[in-house]
Amino acid sequence: MARTAIEASGINRWFGEEPARTHAVKDASFQANFGEMVYVVGPSGSGKTTMLSMISGILRPNSGTVRIEATDIWSLSSDALADFRLHRIGFVFQDYHLFPRLTTVENVAIPLILQNRDWDAALTEATLNLQIVGLENRAQLPPVKLSGGEQQRVAIARAIVSRPDILILDEPTASLDGDTGRGIVRFVREHILSEQRCIVIVTHDSRIYEFADRIMRMEDGRITGVERSQLDAQ
Amino acid sequence: MSGILRIAYKLLINDRAKFAALLVGITFAVFLMVEMTSLFAGILSRSSSTVINIGASIWVMDPAVQTVANSIPLPDSVLDQVRSIPGVKYAVPLYTGAALLKLRDGTYQAANVVGLDDTSLFGRPRVIAGNIEDIFAENAFIAIRDAEFYKLKNPTIGTEFELNDHRGVIVGIGRVSSSALFGVPTLYTTYSRALQYIPNARFTISYLLVEPKSRADIAAIKARVAAVGYVALTREEFVSKISDFYMYQTGIGTNMMLMTLISFIVGLSISGQTFYTFILENIDKFGALKAIGAKGRDLVSMILFQATFVAMTGYGMGVGLCAALIWLARSHLPDYAAMITFANLGMALVMVVIIAAISSYVGVRKVLTIEPFDIFRG
Repeated sequence: MARTAIEASGINRWFGEEPARTHAVKDASFQANFGEMVYVVGPSGSGKTTMLSMISGILRPNSGTVRIEATDIWSLSSDALADFRLHRIGFVFQDYHLFPRLTTVENVAIPLILQNRDWDAALTEATLNLQIVGLENRAQLPPVKLSGGEQQRVAIARAIVSRPDILILDEPTASLDGDTGRGIVRFVREHILSEQRCIVIVTHDSRIYEFADRIMRMEDGRITGVERSQLDAQ
Repeated sequence: MSGILRIAYKLLINDRAKFAALLVGITFAVFLMVEMTSLFAGILSRSSSTVINIGASIWVMDPAVQTVANSIPLPDSVLDQVRSIPGVKYAVPLYTGAALLKLRDGTYQAANVVGLDDTSLFGRPRVIAGNIEDIFAENAFIAIRDAEFYKLKNPTIGTEFELNDHRGVIVGIGRVSSSALFGVPTLYTTYSRALQYIPNARFTISYLLVEPKSRADIAAIKARVAAVGYVALTREEFVSKISDFYMYQTGIGTNMMLMTLISFIVGLSISGQTFYTFILENIDKFGALKAIGAKGRDLVSMILFQATFVAMTGYGMGVGLCAALIWLARSHLPDYAAMITFANLGMALVMVVIIAAISSYVGVRKVLTIEPFDIFRG
């Protein structure tokens, strides 16, 4: 039986005050299991990034609960929650947010350095993760010298370097051409996803839907449907 | 160095343009602040050169005296009164006054003449050519080899000059520890000859130089001197009084402090603005760090480290630049009055710390208010 990785129940989030209040996520419930790659899709402004932020411990919901395994993450103190994110959740941001003044390997090592790991040990570990994404020969270059696809893979290496069991990818193909985007997501599916890891991807790129286990549709702040993907059908 | 600070260090120095701008801002601010205060310290030190060179423990003077150069003559009776104070080991008169010399080539040169007590020669300079005993010879003067010595046309032993139609002869060349402020050469002679050569008013003693029997006697001596209507100051008190005069009763102190303040504001403006821009350019990266799991204190420590590193590096470079300039100036301008003191360095350090604190405060505020959610929103 599939082990539940993330379970969000009745989460709501609104911004601003009445009468200009925007209800971004409305009473949404969400579940993702280990060994599963789940997409959250929907048009711009549908609330998918807000929901992603709430289930990853970045944005506090106005109501509802988010559990990652047995932990109610929003009952943690802010320092404990930061620690939780650091050790349990990996992030791949839409714009990568790599430090242009650091080398590629130093960028990858950042989560380990934040965990107070020894500098040299962190860089060694980061190099191994660059090998996983096939960029070990780019280790000493600054990220600005890399192509968009390579930067995306560096961001993935950074996200997985601390062995998180939850991986969050925000619009991973938004800045990439079609082939590169598909290649990246295929790579994630084939090399990063495991039985001990749950991957949640926010996207509106229908060209990569084929790699999802489940696809959750959002519209106007509500989850309007959950579909099994073509993979499941196969 | 911890890993997070190493990242902060690399972020800072690898952004060469910003790092250079920050360093230039701090370096020049420190340079200007130290240079201004060093000039002032040099002026203050030279304004007390006679006090420092004579070296007496206690100086007795008229209460209205503000600087050593503007003495108010004391009657001879004061000398006897002071000598009769129980705690006084000895007391001798000192004459200081301005004179106009006519040099051998016919040119005139103003000079400061110091007349030492004939009996003890208390306060005599270190003689580097000739013998101090020759000061008792006829028309004898000792010229001081300081920054102004060349204005006497570099005299040697035997060089003659005229002072108020009296013949004067250089019988020795001496050295003192501090050059005078006002750019005139100094001649030493005996007290009696100084009175003989230079026209005087009714009273003739410029200062009484007093040596107490012990430090414990100083308070009693000061009280007894005050009782007869004069003031007795220790060497340090007299130097301080002279410094206070230049600092508070002339425009020099105000102008120097104003320039120092302007330097501080310029440094703060350049560094603060550049550092703020540096933080703004990296704000999304700081937000990403926060999202990944960096705590607020991690980010604060990064910014404080960066600000401190820039401030201390700029401070060192500024002080070094100032020291180099003063050295260079002194090697070409012997009477260049600038002196780096620990007080100057301390004041510049405090100002640099304030610059760093204000710059980093702005950055810290910005970084602490960034929400990781903003990173997701793009």
